[in-house]
Amino acid sequence: MSNSLIENLVKQPYPYGFTTAIEAESLPPGLDESVIRLISAKKNEPEFMLQWRLKAFQHWQTLKAPAWAKLQHAPLDFQTISYYSAPKSNENKPKSLAEVDPQLLETYNKLGIPLHEHARLAGVAVDAVFDSVSVATTFKAKLKEVGVIFCPISEALQTYPALVEKYLGTVVSYRDNFYAALNAAVFSDGSFVYVPKGVRCPMELSTYFRINAANTGQFERTLIIADADSYVSYLEGCTAPMRDENQLHAAVVELVAMENAQIKYATVQNWYPGDAEGRGGIYNFVTKRGACRGAHAKISWTQIETGSAITWKYPSVILQGDYSVGEFYSVALTNHHQQADTGTKMIHMGKNTRSTIIAKGISAGFGQNTYRGLVRMAPTARDARNYTQCESLLLSEHCGAHTFPYIEVKNKTARVEHEASTSKIGEDQLFYCRQRGLNTEEAISMIVNGFCKQVFNKLPMEFAVEAQKLLEVSLEGSIG
Amino acid sequence: MLNIQELHVAIKDDEQEKPILHGLNLNIQAGSVHAIMGPNGSGKSTLAHFLAGKANYVFKSGQVDFLGEDLLALLPEERAARGLFLAFQYPIDIPGVNNMYFLRTALNNVRKAKGLHPLDAADFLLLAKKEMQTVGLDQSFLHRAVNEGFSGGEKKRNEVLQMLLLQPKLIILDETDSGLDIDSLQLVGRAVNQMRDNNRAILIVTHYQRLLDYVEPDVVHVMRKGQIIKSGDKTLATELEAKGYGFLS
Repeated sequence: MSNSLIENLVKQPYPYGFTTAIEAESLPPGLDESVIRLISAKKNEPEFMLQWRLKAFQHWQTLKAPAWAKLQHAPLDFQTISYYSAPKSNENKPKSLAEVDPQLLETYNKLGIPLHEHARLAGVAVDAVFDSVSVATTFKAKLKEVGVIFCPISEALQTYPALVEKYLGTVVSYRDNFYAALNAAVFSDGSFVYVPKGVRCPMELSTYFRINAANTGQFERTLIIADADSYVSYLEGCTAPMRDENQLHAAVVELVAMENAQIKYATVQNWYPGDAEGRGGIYNFVTKRGACRGAHAKISWTQIETGSAITWKYPSVILQGDYSVGEFYSVALTNHHQQADTGTKMIHMGKNTRSTIIAKGISAGFGQNTYRGLVRMAPTARDARNYTQCESLLLSEHCGAHTFPYIEVKNKTARVEHEASTSKIGEDQLFYCRQRGLNTEEAISMIVNGFCKQVFNKLPMEFAVEAQKLLEVSLEGSIG
Repeated sequence: MLNIQELHVAIKDDEQEKPILHGLNLNIQAGSVHAIMGPNGSGKSTLAHFLAGKANYVFKSGQVDFLGEDLLALLPEERAARGLFLAFQYPIDIPGVNNMYFLRTALNNVRKAKGLHPLDAADFLLLAKKEMQTVGLDQSFLHRAVNEGFSGGEKKRNEVLQMLLLQPKLIILDETDSGLDIDSLQLVGRAVNQMRDNNRAILIVTHYQRLLDYVEPDVVHVMRKGQIIKSGDKTLATELEAKGYGFLS
């Protein structure tokens, strides 16, 4: 295969790498108790929040960053990061979309996420989070008509403090892990969703995260509650400017599905991955977990991970309710020097609980792709079942794929199936396609898309096509 | 149409080069059907794959002219665009890729090379349905992944379907008859005969006489140790079938 072709493709820039020149109010780098008090005060938070944050911070100080993942990076210095940055124009919270800073609207337009309610994504309600704050949420009123609450979590703490207090930290405690503790201490915004009993949320909900400011970490927290017999489908997207320094993103997502409720959560993660030499890029340390609290509840995670220099992420489901269902569908792509250590945990506690894990890893360039998954059948998980399928595709000589499955079965009636395979993209497949007139790029794109199809099929319609395109862009320059 | 002179080709195997073709000569005119027969390991499949542009072969010397161009200077997809088609002996699975999508992409690439407008899904479906009948493939095969889970015979018929759709100028059939039952053989024979015309040439690579009962060749070549050692008319094939390759040595 021609080398000049590969080189030309490598030069293709990350399309979302621009910065918005907007006046921002940022805290100076560094982290101590005063920073946490300041963030909490800025948000005018109820006292319980401040106390929770402080406890989390105290706990965090006793922890060390985890070192068990198959990831290599210099240790992070948490005192060089700024923990809060917000566009100044957002200071007196805009009341409606018409009041949102036009420069911010333009930024989201450029990213293909128009915030006008009649624009392209007309069937999707969007919460736009820019650095540390939410700058706009669309369709709030329309959702309110059916009782669905969709707003920034900072706003929920003002308007529905009891609801937040009841659920926050109940799925991911601040004691859970190093990054979850850090997030609990310093998170500044994120989305909050509550779907009441018996309501089917009438549109897709989506949060679009954008890191803009330099030397800033983004720590958002999302909490989604689906009450009994309800349904909600949610999608998150993310991008960041191209910078030579690494930036930290440490989010927490908590999902609660009550009896017979269903939550579908999809992520298209496209944080800046760093350049071809591995300079810059986002360090993405994220804790995502859902709890099926009632019988017949269902939580599905779908993730398309193409960005970030480092991805550390294990969207999990705790299957408490009998007959509850957990699903994890994942495509993780690592190109150039990207590293991903990602997978899931399925914790079966209820009777007849079921879980499915389909994980596809694609490695190109010098990319390192690790699947790490835990399936635990508790003593109470009578007749529980899990099916895991884990496939890796290698596109170059220098990349790597690794699989670490952990299986713990404490109930004899439970059944666990695990299938794993690794293959190099077939020279034979490529030749077959080229003999039929497809060029190498078209052929690779077709083969890789075919490889990911099972997962793409799980994305909401509006985003499946975008995911496919995203994969093409991320794969450019991967041949060889 | 295709003119091969003194072709020497080796195969790369663990850094070692192993010569396969030793000064092969072959001239195929438009409008003719040629058959190449020969024992295992004589280099028949190497020739077929090398002409289509498969990577792991090493060109040593010689000349291959296809429709007035140096064939060896072209990429595999360029060869396809100029009308060279290889029906694979072992067609490849492409999991997750819809057969219809694959066939239409292939056809539209070839149409683009011919300066024709691409076919939309509806027009393509009409055409595909017609040709699927010719090769006796059920329409459900359009919605399955390329070759995945197809039986041996179904894979071969899917190859012949592609040949009918792409309307190539030079058709190379690499052991297309192997693994086919009598009924399938008849269908394939009929489809290949349907392709015979004055502007097209067909090269059948085979061990056996079987397919030649249905598609009558104009010229039969016997290949051995990387060379064509004998050429003749169709009676040569019958003679080989009766006496075996041994009688030529």
